[in-house]
Amino acid sequence: MNYLELVRLALPEIILTVSALAVLAIGLVNNRVPGFCSGLAAAGLLFAAAAVLQLPPQAVLSQGMLVVSPLNSLFQIVCLALAFFTVIVARPERLANSGEYLALVLLATVGLLLLIGSEELLMIFIGLELTGLSLYVLTAFDRTNQQSAEAGLKYFLFGSVASAFTLFGISLLYGLTKTTTLSAIGPQLAGHPLPPLLLVGIIMTLFGFAFKVAAAPFHLWAPDTYQGAPVSAAAFIASGSKVASFVVLAKILRTALHEVPGSAAWHALAGGWSPVLAALAALSIIVGNFTALAQRNVRRLLAYSAVAHAGYTLLGLIAHSTEGFSATLFYTTIYGLTLVGAFGVVAFVRRENGGDDLADFAGLSQRSPLLAGCMAIFILSLAGLPPLAGFFGKFYLFSAAFRAAPDQGLLWLVALALFGSLISLYYYLIILKAIFLDDSNTSGFAFRPDFLQRITLTVFAGAVLFLGVAPEALVNRILACLV
Amino acid sequence: MIAWTIYLTFAGAILLLFLPRALTRWVALLTAASGFVIAFAAFFFRDGDFGHFTTIVRVPWVPALGMEYHLAADGISLTMALVTGLTAVCAVLFSWRVEERPNEFFFWLLLVVGGSYGVFLSADLFLFFVFYELVIVPKYFLIAIWGSTNKEYGAMKLTLYSFLGGALVFIAILAAYTTAGSLDLQQLARFQFPAPLQHWAFPVLFLGFAILAGIWPLHTWAPTGHVAAPTAGSMLLAGIVMKLGAYGALRVAMNLFPLGFAEWSKWIAVLAVIGIVWAAAVALRQNDLKFVIGYSSVSHMGFVLLGLAAANSLGVSGAVLQMFSHGVIGALLFALAGVIYYRTHTRNLNDLATLGLSRTMPFVAFAFVVASAASLGIPGFSGFAAEITILLGVWKVFPVVVAITGVGMVLVAAFTLRAMRKTFFSDAARLTTTVAVTPPITFAEKSGASLLLLATLGVGLDPKLLLDRIQPAVEAMRFLQP
Repeated sequence: MNYLELVRLALPEIILTVSALAVLAIGLVNNRVPGFCSGLAAAGLLFAAAAVLQLPPQAVLSQGMLVVSPLNSLFQIVCLALAFFTVIVARPERLANSGEYLALVLLATVGLLLLIGSEELLMIFIGLELTGLSLYVLTAFDRTNQQSAEAGLKYFLFGSVASAFTLFGISLLYGLTKTTTLSAIGPQLAGHPLPPLLLVGIIMTLFGFAFKVAAAPFHLWAPDTYQGAPVSAAAFIASGSKVASFVVLAKILRTALHEVPGSAAWHALAGGWSPVLAALAALSIIVGNFTALAQRNVRRLLAYSAVAHAGYTLLGLIAHSTEGFSATLFYTTIYGLTLVGAFGVVAFVRRENGGDDLADFAGLSQRSPLLAGCMAIFILSLAGLPPLAGFFGKFYLFSAAFRAAPDQGLLWLVALALFGSLISLYYYLIILKAIFLDDSNTSGFAFRPDFLQRITLTVFAGAVLFLGVAPEALVNRILACLV
Repeated sequence: MIAWTIYLTFAGAILLLFLPRALTRWVALLTAASGFVIAFAAFFFRDGDFGHFTTIVRVPWVPALGMEYHLAADGISLTMALVTGLTAVCAVLFSWRVEERPNEFFFWLLLVVGGSYGVFLSADLFLFFVFYELVIVPKYFLIAIWGSTNKEYGAMKLTLYSFLGGALVFIAILAAYTTAGSLDLQQLARFQFPAPLQHWAFPVLFLGFAILAGIWPLHTWAPTGHVAAPTAGSMLLAGIVMKLGAYGALRVAMNLFPLGFAEWSKWIAVLAVIGIVWAAAVALRQNDLKFVIGYSSVSHMGFVLLGLAAANSLGVSGAVLQMFSHGVIGALLFALAGVIYYRTHTRNLNDLATLGLSRTMPFVAFAFVVASAASLGIPGFSGFAAEITILLGVWKVFPVVVAITGVGMVLVAAFTLRAMRKTFFSDAARLTTTVAVTPPITFAEKSGASLLLLATLGVGLDPKLLLDRIQPAVEAMRFLQP
């Protein structure tokens, strides 16, 4: 292995690590310059993004441990953008020890880049762990808030169990195929009937990812984490971590396990990973949507709706076609953008009102039309209404699933997802009702988001609108990467 | 040219968000009026045939998925665009007094109007569905913020019903799209879908649309929503939104799946006729003026569905004519109910009966009498022309149904006359002294009402004006029974 080559290909990760260490050091030396730390972290993210753009189009190092491809680069950029926004949201949160906090965000981002950039099971596991460990700490970071500690502990306990499952699954896959490289696993599985042990290995591996994307019944950490963690950490967990997990899951299914999909069609059930995912998706859609109906806290509501959205997103993977993978990747990206924007608004309301229950959003439209308008765009996109990105995303996902199996075999899942969307419209409208209809119960002074917040929120809302009106900007890029 | 109705309306809507309050209603009126003028010009001065769904604009949108920005128009869509423009102008005129957050009010109102133009002019299934779903949320805000009686419940119910309809439509659209591999309505209208697919996809699609058209037994959103909505909201609901469903049923459901339609048409007729009689009977027992008109809307939309079920040129043309006619009459009745409510603060028929409104509001009384006459099908008004055309068409296919519909028409006459008598000509009023109405009826209201009266009278006297343009388009559709 050529070390120069390694440095060249891993430059984004190296830049991020260096800036993380620098931010950490500055934070330790002088705790009164949080603005400088944020600036440094943001600069590190920008430089890393520039480094990603400088990578060669295709390269593979040591049997897939580090892979550079258009797809990987695209989603590394997406994750860097989401991390960038996290840093901006974190800035006004006024957490103690912001240097450590930002360093952890950067380290989690390194984990995400490694996760996306490797096509080898062990490296994927290391990426998962690096991201996970950083995020556990981020969740528990708000020492003034008891909920934050509770959320951190829950996230950690569930997360470590899920990691154990994944590692066990990976070990079974390795035992059966004698390799951990994704592209080498595929041919090994071809042409044999599905051995039961392999099925166990696949299911175990999938469970780990189901935990990461908060699919039911592995979602129990999500509500507490979304509600208790510092808002920026919650936004990052809900967006960046989820996007990366879906990308990796899609790659594993596409390159390693494409020979054993099985079938989730109602008239032709067959063993493999797709019935497992279908069960997870169906359960997520039902549990997520019905539980969200009962929530009065916006962050908790968004958490349960995230469970439902994980279910929708899985539909594209179950479809097991290029179109389906592209739909999943498109949807998870726009979902990440939307949710991170919504959390930006939540962070602001929380800072001004000291809470994020529905009541705290009452009368937002009078106090800040801009925040209310952006939130309306994010929420309506989540609900899947045109002309926003969520609408096109759902159309794309559902049409891919519909087309996948012969004789509309996945119709049951599509119908269930549409039924779930119907339920979700109710609780999304409840949020909008609070914002636009209800009168503010606190004093009616106007909110004044600062310039940077206004710009970032407008950009995210604009992106959600733009990707709804002109989705081909992203779809074509993803499709080009998938061929 | 006609495509500008969409662009101007949306541009006006967005512009409104940034204007000072004083300008809003004028800009809204200007936007609505320009849309109407364009639709009017396109309808009456367009040379070329009305029989073909002629492409106006066609640009690739998402080529990877075969989506196009494709607009087209024929006699049916132009008729619907015309009634949309007319209702929009009158809805703005009757909302002249909206004081609470007028910018947002007219923004949402114009979004409904613009989306409706879009639905009527789309020739791409995805584009159609985008516009169709776009209309849902503005309705929620219009009702929930500016509505009256039980507004949040009414708004949520209406929105969820619309979305449920949308979800059913979505499933069937996916079925059509994935089977035919195209989203172009003209291509799909020529594609032979396999019979088993049509067998299940047609009822799903039709029901999805028919929910918005107020089909029995999924009509209950309509009266609740109409009552909860502000005056302009009710006018839009009755005048335009219910037509979106009927139009979708005609343009998409029936035209794409003719075999499925042939199989299910008798069931549609049954549901339609139950709707006509049921809603009329329920209207007879209502004491809220808006509930009476709301149920009458359901009853009249039953005629539209019945005409569609006839599946012959007369029945379907009559149905389109009835969409226009009910759009005008329904909007007028709701507008007048709004005018009365604004002055008297009550819509209870028994309370109104004591007020002697025929003397204090002569213009409103006159307009209401004419609208009622049009509504119950007196010759000379558009309602008569439409319903007689429908019944002639249905007679050839389901003679029994026509007989039952007769019962419904008697009930319609009964509840309309009852509402009219109680509101304006009650005996109880003779005993009380009348007080002058404050504030007086405004010029805006008078001109809006006159415009609608003129439309129903004009079409009633010369239905060929519309029918000549509707019929060729209907005859070009492939589901027609010979």
